[in-house]
Amino acid sequence: MADQIKLSKSDRIHVWWRSQFLQGSWNYERMQNGGWAYTLIPALKKLYTTKEDRAAALKRHLEFFNTHPYVASPIVGVTMALEEERSNGAPIDDVTIQGVKVGMMGPLAGVGDPVFWFTAKPIIGALAASLALGGSIMGPILYFVVWNVMRMAFMWYTQELGYKAGSAITDDLSGGILQDITKGASILGMFILPALIERWVTVDFSPVKVSTIKQASGAYIDWDKLPAGAKGIKEALTEQKAGLSLDKYKVTTLQDNLNQLIPGLAALLITFLCMWLLKKKVSPIWIIFGLFAFGVIMHVLGVM
Amino acid sequence: MNLNAIQMILVVFVAFLAGMEGILDEFHFHQPVVACTLIGLVTGQLVPCIILGGSLQMIALGWSNVGAAVAPDAALASIASAIILVLGGQGRAGVSSAIAIAVPLAVAGLLLTIIARTLATLMVHAMDRAAEEGSFGKIEMWQIAGICMQGLRIAIPAALILAVGAGPVKAMLNSMPTWLTDGLSIGGGMVVAVGYAMVINMMATREVWPFFVLGFVLAAISELTLIALGGIGVAMALIYLNLSKMGGSGNGGGGSNTGDPVGDIIDKY
Repeated sequence: MADQIKLSKSDRIHVWWRSQFLQGSWNYERMQNGGWAYTLIPALKKLYTTKEDRAAALKRHLEFFNTHPYVASPIVGVTMALEEERSNGAPIDDVTIQGVKVGMMGPLAGVGDPVFWFTAKPIIGALAASLALGGSIMGPILYFVVWNVMRMAFMWYTQELGYKAGSAITDDLSGGILQDITKGASILGMFILPALIERWVTVDFSPVKVSTIKQASGAYIDWDKLPAGAKGIKEALTEQKAGLSLDKYKVTTLQDNLNQLIPGLAALLITFLCMWLLKKKVSPIWIIFGLFAFGVIMHVLGVM
Repeated sequence: MNLNAIQMILVVFVAFLAGMEGILDEFHFHQPVVACTLIGLVTGQLVPCIILGGSLQMIALGWSNVGAAVAPDAALASIASAIILVLGGQGRAGVSSAIAIAVPLAVAGLLLTIIARTLATLMVHAMDRAAEEGSFGKIEMWQIAGICMQGLRIAIPAALILAVGAGPVKAMLNSMPTWLTDGLSIGGGMVVAVGYAMVINMMATREVWPFFVLGFVLAAISELTLIALGGIGVAMALIYLNLSKMGGSGNGGGGSNTGDPVGDIIDKY
């Protein structure tokens, strides 16, 4: 065939740009179908010229579709390759195209959710938020730039990969690579999460005093006996460096005891409680309200 | 604090962007750390809004739309609470009560999201009719209309808060007693756990629990930054994947794959 229609790089860039609006018409009936058809329009426009062909192509791409929005890109790539062959006369029917879409969207969503939603987003988000809590503009900038560069590069390269591999990619996907990525992401996520829990879930029992002990003289800085002025400050700092306590009474709070036992234990227990409640199908919103109420009650009682 | 007309228009525009992203989940304008910062930027109250964004981001880390499930609405929560923080004019001191306001807003946003996603069903029916005609233009138009509807989902509530104005918002914030706001900020410290619990429930298998224990123990070493922990995590994941493959081929009894590609190449020669 002399006049084969090929999708140019600029067509593929147009499709890639549109694929970022995949979820725009997300609906309860066929989920991402509208966005999917919208994404493929630059390709379909070039490949099909008659009204009948165009109508048929649009209808077949308005079928049910739902996956993680970023891993839709390799599926977009493969579908473009299939549509290209079909428009050039290859015997690819609607069932094949629909089969490839459905066959890929399930396993790929299984990769996209743990990699992007459960690993990348909590980690980048926690990093950015910890900067932002200090009032630094670097927090939001870091989040926005890192997230979008990562996402856009991922979508472009996997779309190209899908386009070049064509239908052959479905064989690859059934292999171990996807499983490896999923498992690797869960390992990384499960390793990082407890660190986030320990550092960012604050459960503080400081107001509860376990004991107050009067310390032996010489174990604390005797403020009355210090020389006046700057000399006194110098003396006090030296004594503190030598390990003397600042106060006459040594106060041990419940929080100190907990920290000595296992730091972050209370935060971990709260997390386990939440996990248990979620498994019991308690709505996360109710758990959130419950924790707010718990915080207010405990504060009024003087425990937290 | 009162805003001038240009600032109000910009606030509504930022709200529109956040609403779009609430459904698209691509550029992430709706993530609190970005959304609150943008509100702060256009209203000139940058620092308190960044702090609010950081705090809300911690709470929202685990909120994701998985499959057809709808997460609490980070977009409405961050935009509306940031506007209230700005109008209240309390600066940094207002952050903790703004967080407490954000959570009920996230629930209200959930309802709006469900309504919008149901309305979108009508739009794809219109797309079906456009497809019969083979009309690309109409499908594009409906897709863009869908995105705009999601933008308005946040822009309209934002405009309403602006219309109510600084006075009532300030009065409402001032009427909150300190035991309540302090208690709420203590609660806010614990609420973060819910998001993590959601993520753990999704990922946990018998196989990966040991890594959770390792992470918890290592996190107690405060010298290790999150980036360092991330490095350790990646290394462990790679080591684990490689080792489990070697074990697999060994138990299989046969095969020349020792899991050592260099060794295999040398053997071939």
